[in-house]
Amino acid sequence: MDTKAPRTVVALGLEGSANKLGIGIVKHVYPSGISSDGELSPEYIELANVRDTYNPPAGEGFLPRDVAAHHRSTIITLVRQAFEEAKIGPQDLDCICYTKGPGMGAPLQSVALVARTLSQIWDVPLVGVNHCVGHIEMGRAITGAQNPVVLYVSGGNTQVIAYSQQTYRIFGETLDIAIGNCLDRFARVLMLPNDPSPGYNIEQYAKRGSKFIELPYTVKGMDVSFSGILSFIEKLAKTEPDKYSPEDLCYSLQENMFAMLVEITERAMAHIGATEVLVVGGVGCNVRLQEMMGQMAQERGGKVFATDMRYCIDNGIMIAQAGALAFARDFTTSIEDSWITQRFRTDQVHVEWRV
Amino acid sequence: MAEQVLIRQGAEARVYKTTMPDGRVAVAKQRFSKSYRHPDLDAKLTRGRLNQEARSLKRCKEHGICVPEVIRVDKSSATLFIEFIHGPTLKEWIVANGNPDQENELMATVGRILHQMHSFDVIHGDLTTSNMILDSSNQLVLIDFGLSQISSSAEDKAVDLYVLERAFISTHPNSERLFATVLEAYSVSEAARLILRRLEDVRQRGRKRDMSG
Repeated sequence: MDTKAPRTVVALGLEGSANKLGIGIVKHVYPSGISSDGELSPEYIELANVRDTYNPPAGEGFLPRDVAAHHRSTIITLVRQAFEEAKIGPQDLDCICYTKGPGMGAPLQSVALVARTLSQIWDVPLVGVNHCVGHIEMGRAITGAQNPVVLYVSGGNTQVIAYSQQTYRIFGETLDIAIGNCLDRFARVLMLPNDPSPGYNIEQYAKRGSKFIELPYTVKGMDVSFSGILSFIEKLAKTEPDKYSPEDLCYSLQENMFAMLVEITERAMAHIGATEVLVVGGVGCNVRLQEMMGQMAQERGGKVFATDMRYCIDNGIMIAQAGALAFARDFTTSIEDSWITQRFRTDQVHVEWRV
Repeated sequence: MAEQVLIRQGAEARVYKTTMPDGRVAVAKQRFSKSYRHPDLDAKLTRGRLNQEARSLKRCKEHGICVPEVIRVDKSSATLFIEFIHGPTLKEWIVANGNPDQENELMATVGRILHQMHSFDVIHGDLTTSNMILDSSNQLVLIDFGLSQISSSAEDKAVDLYVLERAFISTHPNSERLFATVLEAYSVSEAARLILRRLEDVRQRGRKRDMSG
């Protein structure tokens, strides 16, 4: 490969592993070409990042088939919208990136089908992307964090991750349910609206709470467990609604669970000697979590990096971002291999674009 | 007050080497409060872990498991004074050592000690190869009981082993062989075999987790 000539990679990203459908287009510029070894750090240009969210009624969670139906009916409009925003056409694409997993089967499948079809119509190579790696690469691109410990917190995942030898290694994670899942389910108990998201509404309630209610605190090494906390607080909310206000319950739930997350993140930082921490995933938008993480990092002489709703909530451009990096290292996914998988661990990806 | 030398600044405690009034060399583990967490929660965790660490160490000692001796618990400064153990951590030893036979032998010792500890219902809570020290007489000593608890449940014991397995995977390249040897030596009773079956469930829970929670 000619490493001297300037080169660009334009990537379309399609994400629909849960209830958000996101389409993004990113352009990477390598002013002096793509070197065959060393870390890739192209100039990042965002061309489009559009999203549409499926929200079930208050008190209900989203079901895979309803989410898939939403994605199917919305995706063509959203892809068109992304191209309009980007002011480019399909002929300008170098690759089409889609979420291979992890996530809910039916929604993943509905988006992969579109990716496969577009790839064949336009004759553009496909790149299958790990959703979690997408979050990490997006966070790095937006914040400029170099080699942070990553806390990945969302509706389906809770992981403390650190990069080592071309792998995003998982140091700690939940032993049962994800933190976002716990928050969502408690929002249902309180019948909080799912719009814009259950977690956002819990956060607003928590801001008005002041009384700290003691809850189970479960940290095991660098792992955490949330299911016991959920059953405990559900019981409080249902059996003694007069004694505990929803505001105080939300406040205490956040304070307790976030302290657990900060603790395991700090332990990972101490373990590997890192000073930077990057928070990604939907729950990463929570300002209180960012604040607590910031206090911890400051006490260690470090810094916290976080992104806003455009990037920490599931989106298409993060899939384009991670896919474009892999593509620059000649990674593509053949049509035969363009399946999806509900289980795809962060540490299964060979991170070829880093050293 | 005797001179204190900081030997480790952990995530939630500063560890000093110090000399007690009677001349014994000791470790002072001082827990500090965390400004990010609610004061009530902070007090509960700091106090609870200080006491639990001392309690679990004493329990292990009573049952002949090699741990540092508790010298004094100072509640006002949240400091635990324990016997100083000189020697490399198991992690350091594994990295420096290249002899597979010696390694296997030591892994079997780890398995036997953990089985013994679990048989007295002590759950360590933070098992890693950094929390085990090889002392001057080549005896394996368990340290850092800050997250420990007393429990007879197979689930808690299985999770204890799972935490160690994860630590092995993220720290040591040939972790699979090493940890297999640990489990083989652990599996010496019917109760232990039950815990290992439970460990399989805990592992599956981790791997099968997907976005639907």
